[in-house]
Amino acid sequence: MSRDFTPKVITANALVEGDVVYLTEDDSWTRDLTQAALLTDEADAEARFLEASARTETVVGVYLADAAPGPNGPEPTHFREEFRRTGPSNYHHGKQAETASRA
Amino acid sequence: MYDYTEFDAAFVAQRNRQFRAQVERRISGALTEDEFKPLRLMNGLYLQLHAYMLRVAIPYGTLNGAQMRQLAMIAERWDKGYGHFTTRQNIQFNWPRLRDVPDMLDALAQVNMHAIQTSGNTIRNVTADHFAGAAADEVADPRPVAELIRQWSTDHPEFQFLPRKFKVAVTGSGNDRAVIRAHDIGIQIVEKNGALGYRLIVGGGLGRTPMIGKVLRDFVSQDDLLPYLEATVSVWNLLGRRDNKYKSRIKITVHEHGIEDIRARVEARFSLIRPSFTGVDVALFEEIRAAFAPPAFRDESTAIYETARRTDPIFRSWSDTNLAAHRAPGHAIVQISLKAHGATPGDATAEQMRVMAELAETYGHDELRISHEQNVILPHVHKSDLPAIHATLKKHGLATANIGLISDIIACPGMDYCALATARSIPVAQQIATRFDELKLEHDIGELKIKISGCINACGHHHVGHIGILGLDRAGVENYQITLGGDGTQDAAIGDRTGPGFAYDQIIPAIERIIAAYLEHRDGPQESFLATYRRLGMAPFKAALYEPRDAVAAE
Repeated sequence: MSRDFTPKVITANALVEGDVVYLTEDDSWTRDLTQAALLTDEADAEARFLEASARTETVVGVYLADAAPGPNGPEPTHFREEFRRTGPSNYHHGKQAETASRA
Repeated sequence: MYDYTEFDAAFVAQRNRQFRAQVERRISGALTEDEFKPLRLMNGLYLQLHAYMLRVAIPYGTLNGAQMRQLAMIAERWDKGYGHFTTRQNIQFNWPRLRDVPDMLDALAQVNMHAIQTSGNTIRNVTADHFAGAAADEVADPRPVAELIRQWSTDHPEFQFLPRKFKVAVTGSGNDRAVIRAHDIGIQIVEKNGALGYRLIVGGGLGRTPMIGKVLRDFVSQDDLLPYLEATVSVWNLLGRRDNKYKSRIKITVHEHGIEDIRARVEARFSLIRPSFTGVDVALFEEIRAAFAPPAFRDESTAIYETARRTDPIFRSWSDTNLAAHRAPGHAIVQISLKAHGATPGDATAEQMRVMAELAETYGHDELRISHEQNVILPHVHKSDLPAIHATLKKHGLATANIGLISDIIACPGMDYCALATARSIPVAQQIATRFDELKLEHDIGELKIKISGCINACGHHHVGHIGILGLDRAGVENYQITLGGDGTQDAAIGDRTGPGFAYDQIIPAIERIIAAYLEHRDGPQESFLATYRRLGMAPFKAALYEPRDAVAAE
C-alpha cells in the first residue's frame, strides 16, 4: 500500500542566477515560498513535476519538497528547505537579505 | 614560484574559450543540463543550495600577492565580497551567476589560475605541506614534485574518467602536516644513502569508510616516480569499482584486494610502462625545481622582535601560538588565523585578502600559502618585521592568537551552503569558538584540533580530529556524533565514536563536558588532549558525556 501523500511544493534552482525558485499556481517561477503552489493531490503533483522538469531552459534540479500550509502560504517541514528559503545561517545572506523579490 | 609557460597559458585560455561557449549554449537552450553538468564540473562549477559555487585551484596551496589580489577583485566584482578557503587548499566563491563564470575564469587566467580538475572523477588539485620550502624540519621542498604531478595529471588522457575522484598530497617533512595518510596517494620525500626519493602511501581516505593509507613502496627514485604513480592510478582505473560509488575509491580497492596484491599489480604495470618514460620528466622536474629556489634570506638583528615580546603581551601571545620554526636563522613562519572567535572558519573578505597580499609583498618575499586547516601562511618573514605585521593584522581582524587551539576549527560549509550536507557545521564551530573564548580556557586547554563535517563525506576531516563532530539528519532533525582520538599526522588514527549523537542545542554543552573531563584527568598542562585520550581511553570521556553528575548538570 502506498503511504499517505503529504503536501508538496515544486522547487528548483534558477538556471542563470542559481537561486532557489518555486512553481506557482499559474506555472511561473517565484523566489518566494509563500507564493508557491501547495500540491495536495499526488497525481497532480506528479504531472506538474514532470512538466516542470522539462523546463531545462530556465531551471535546474527540479524536485518535490515536503511543505505544509501556513497562514501566509506554504512553509517548509524540513530544516534543509528552511535554509533554502532563507539563506545561510552564518551570515545575513541570500534570500533573507534581499529586500524586493525578483521575478 | 612556478610561472606558467606559454603552453600552460595557451591550455588554460583554450579551456576558458571552450567553457564560455558551453555556457552560452546552455543559456540559449542548445545544451540540456544533463549535457552541461559534466562540462561545468570539469571546470569547478557546482550548483549548491542557494547558488552556483566556483571552486578555484590553488596548487599545493601556494599563491603570490597578485593572485590573492585577483581573488579579492573576483570576490567583490562577481560574488558577495568574500571567499572561502577549504581543506583542500582551494578557494570557493559561493555566489557566482552562471553568466559571469567565464569572465571569472578569464580573470583567474590573467594571474595563472584556473578551476580545472577541482571537481569530477579526475586527479584533483595536488595538496602539500603549507610550510613547504620554509619548515625547519623538511628534507626538501615538496612543491616542485607537486607541480610536476600537477602537470602530469592535468588533462592526462588516461585519467579523465576515473572510477571516482583521486587526491594526492605531498610532504617534505617527517612531521606530516599534509594528512598524507588520508589521501588516495600520499607522498613523503625521504632521503636514502644521500639521494632524495619518495615513500608512497596508498589507499587512505576519510568519507563514509575511513581508512589510513598503507605503504606501497618505501623508496621510489626521482626517475621512477611518475611511471610509478601512473602505474598505480592505472591499476586502480581498471580494478576500481564502477558499479558502486561508495566502493569506488582506491582505499576500497586496496582493502578488497589487499596491499600485497595491489603492489604486485603496480610493479607489473610499472615494469611495462617504465621504458616509455625517457627522462623528459626528470629534466622537467629540474626546471621546476629551479623555479622554487628559496628567496634570499636577510641576516640582521631580531632585537625589535625580542623587545616587542617583552613589552607587548598581546604580541607575545600571538607570537607564542601563530609562529612556526623557519629553516633560516632570524626568520619565522607566520600563520594568519581565519578563525576569529565567532567567524566562519576559512572565510576572508576581499579587504582581508588585499591586506594579506600587501603583507606578503612587503615582508614575505611575495609568497602566501593556504593551509588545509583553512588558515593563511606567510612562509618567509624576518622576525624584525613581526611587530609591524602583527599591528596590521590586528587592524583587520586577522590577529587572533589561536593556531592549534580549540577555536582553530576545521569546518566544512555544511548545510549553510552545501547541497550534499545533512546538517550545519559552521554555526557549531562558531559557537564552540565563542564559548571557549568566553570561558577564557583556550590557552589553558592547549593543543586541540576540532574538526567538523556536515555529512558523511567528511570534507571537514572529522575522523582525524582530536575531537571530531559529524552532523547528520536524524528523522528530520540535526544530530551530531562525536569521535575522539583522531589524528591527521604521521601517527594517523581514525577517531572512536563516543556513542549516541547530540541535538544541535546539546552539542556545545557536550564538548564542554569532554573538555572538563580532560582538564580533570590530564597529567598536568603539558599532557595534551590527544595524549590524555591515548593514555586513558574512552571511559572518562564517555562518563562525562553520558552520565553527567548532578552538580555539573545543574550548572
